[in-house]
Amino acid sequence: MARAVKPQRKAINTAVAWSIGLLIFFPILWTILTSFKTEAQAISDPPVFLAFDWTLENYGIVMERSNYARFLWNSIIIAGGSTILGIMIAVPAAWSMAFVPSKRTKDILLWMLSTKMLPAVGVLYPIYLLFIKLGLLDSRTGLVLVLMLMNLPIIVWMLYTYFKEIPGEILEAARMDGATLREEVIHILTPMAVPGIASTLLLNFILAWNEAFWTLNLTAAKAAPLTAFIASYSSPEGLFYAKLSAASTMAIAPILVLGWFSQKQLVSGLTFGAVK
Amino acid sequence: MTFKYRALLGACAIGAISTGALAETITIATVNNGDMIRMQGYTDDFTAKTGHEVEWVTLEENVLRQRVTQDIAAKGGQFDIMTIGMYETPIWGQQDWLVALDDLSAEYDVDDILPAMRGGLSVDGTLYAAPFYGESSMIMYRTDLMEKAGLEMPDAPTWEFVAEAARAMTDKENEIYGICLRGKAGWGENMAFLTATSNAFGARWFDEDWKPQFDSPEWNETLTFYLDLMNEAGPPGASTNGFNENLSLFQQGKCGMWIDATVAASFVTNPNDSTVADKVGFALAPDTGKGKRGNWLWAWALAIPAGTQKVDAAKAFIEWATSKAYIEMVAEKEGWANVPPGARTSLYENPEYQKVPFAQMTLDSILSADPTQPTVEPVPYVGVQFAAIPEFAGIATQVGQEFSAALAGQQTAEEALEKAQALTADEMEAAGY
Repeated sequence: MARAVKPQRKAINTAVAWSIGLLIFFPILWTILTSFKTEAQAISDPPVFLAFDWTLENYGIVMERSNYARFLWNSIIIAGGSTILGIMIAVPAAWSMAFVPSKRTKDILLWMLSTKMLPAVGVLYPIYLLFIKLGLLDSRTGLVLVLMLMNLPIIVWMLYTYFKEIPGEILEAARMDGATLREEVIHILTPMAVPGIASTLLLNFILAWNEAFWTLNLTAAKAAPLTAFIASYSSPEGLFYAKLSAASTMAIAPILVLGWFSQKQLVSGLTFGAVK
Repeated sequence: MTFKYRALLGACAIGAISTGALAETITIATVNNGDMIRMQGYTDDFTAKTGHEVEWVTLEENVLRQRVTQDIAAKGGQFDIMTIGMYETPIWGQQDWLVALDDLSAEYDVDDILPAMRGGLSVDGTLYAAPFYGESSMIMYRTDLMEKAGLEMPDAPTWEFVAEAARAMTDKENEIYGICLRGKAGWGENMAFLTATSNAFGARWFDEDWKPQFDSPEWNETLTFYLDLMNEAGPPGASTNGFNENLSLFQQGKCGMWIDATVAASFVTNPNDSTVADKVGFALAPDTGKGKRGNWLWAWALAIPAGTQKVDAAKAFIEWATSKAYIEMVAEKEGWANVPPGARTSLYENPEYQKVPFAQMTLDSILSADPTQPTVEPVPYVGVQFAAIPEFAGIATQVGQEFSAALAGQQTAEEALEKAQALTADEMEAAGY
């Protein structure tokens, strides 16, 4: 039964929700605003919020100095490739865990998740040496593989949770009608889990897009994505905040737009099965 | 087709193939600062002269340090040239991680490199990195505030005078602070400044047996003097201020004096960014009459990692980027104030460059720093604001955190020094010293 909410209480809830939302968004807003300031305005004390001379100079400098298109293309390939590859591996894995569980399924799931508890730097050197041997340093293929492996536990866990919400009887009925395993997964399970798969895709794309540790450590000039593009604008001696903010805004803009247009799918996927 | 034409065609083909084989693409790791970015803009000139292409990887200073260390130690071969400093060069050169630059051309004139820079970038007399630009530290001060305080800054002041002037210039109600110094923790931040300052007070990091010296009266005097001065005449929140924060304060007219890198002179005198551009004077970093000044010595230099397959192309680039001809090209296109400073003697002999207001003081500062004899008492290490041993960066960052906490008022100078002594002794023992 729905709880009756007084209008006054509703107004307070709305105000609190908006405040929290703005608080979370504020660093991004500040970055965007700073990108339109001069370097002197960017560090002025007290800080200026909107009353400054808006300029596009920083964007001009960034575009002139860096090959933005190449960084962007690398980000798309690395984030997209690792996400698609991860989904291709995780769907059958999550299917078997959800519908054909063994005694050790829970242990395997926990073990997979436990790999995320190891600090990434702990395996940096072995992976670096492996990459040298395999010739994968500064290659998009190498980063696709590493980011896929790093995010695979999360992908499997998310899909497992979604698949558990699908009644096994439907898959059994398909099997009785003569569906092969491949047909069962592709034609029956996948369409029913589309919201879950879509939100997993989006979330992992965002995680891979923002990943900075591996992308900075395993790339140089050829495969460097937008994280390296941002890092190149920090300076030990000299003012750089406005240019850094312009580079950051250019790096997050594509993912912000993607997140904005897919927020419905993200929310519905993330709350999938929350209400029974 | 006659024999003559066939021979000519064949020769052309061989020429084309051999030129193609000689032209390489080299990858250079560098930091984001004005001179380095300017150099990237002139890459076409290098390509036109040599046929070699260049790929740039620009990284934040600490990320760059970690990336190149990792790559060089694992022989990853991702970089053909790396931008490193005076701290890394002697350590890596000693370990044969770098290609010796001992066969540079006569035209390059290696003897023209400033002796202090050459000494700091060499191991046993062999150069391992060519300085692109060099810097020391000096006092930048507000001439109007100094005059208002009724004082006159000498060219070579003492710490006693600097403290007196800082207190006289301070006007906290109007947000003017007599002195701005680094307080942010880090081996390249507050510890670069405090290590150089401690040299002037007669302190040292280690004695000749590598025993830490933070329990010495000289270190106590250094830290107590610094904390007292900053508490009385420094800006609020100074424990989080590094180079960029102090630059911002000075440019906004909030600092009477700022002691920091000589490269800052061009920023504080630039009217586009600085509100006090026409009111800035320069002086040598202060001393205490013990024979050493509190100024450091640093160079951003270009070195070739031992694992690269493109040594010849890399050397060609280094010769081009650190040559006299490069300096002349930048001067011609962007003016003498924009050439990379602090690397070559001939630059300071140039009458045109002598007209740049901070040129002479920069040279004097560089010449007064001696990385091979940085302290009053003898030491077993090389380096003015650091000790060139692999353990230093880690230890100094921890010590810097203790000193920064003391500046923030979280502990006393004695407590900070006691902790610094204990942690340094532990780390050095663990490292086998």
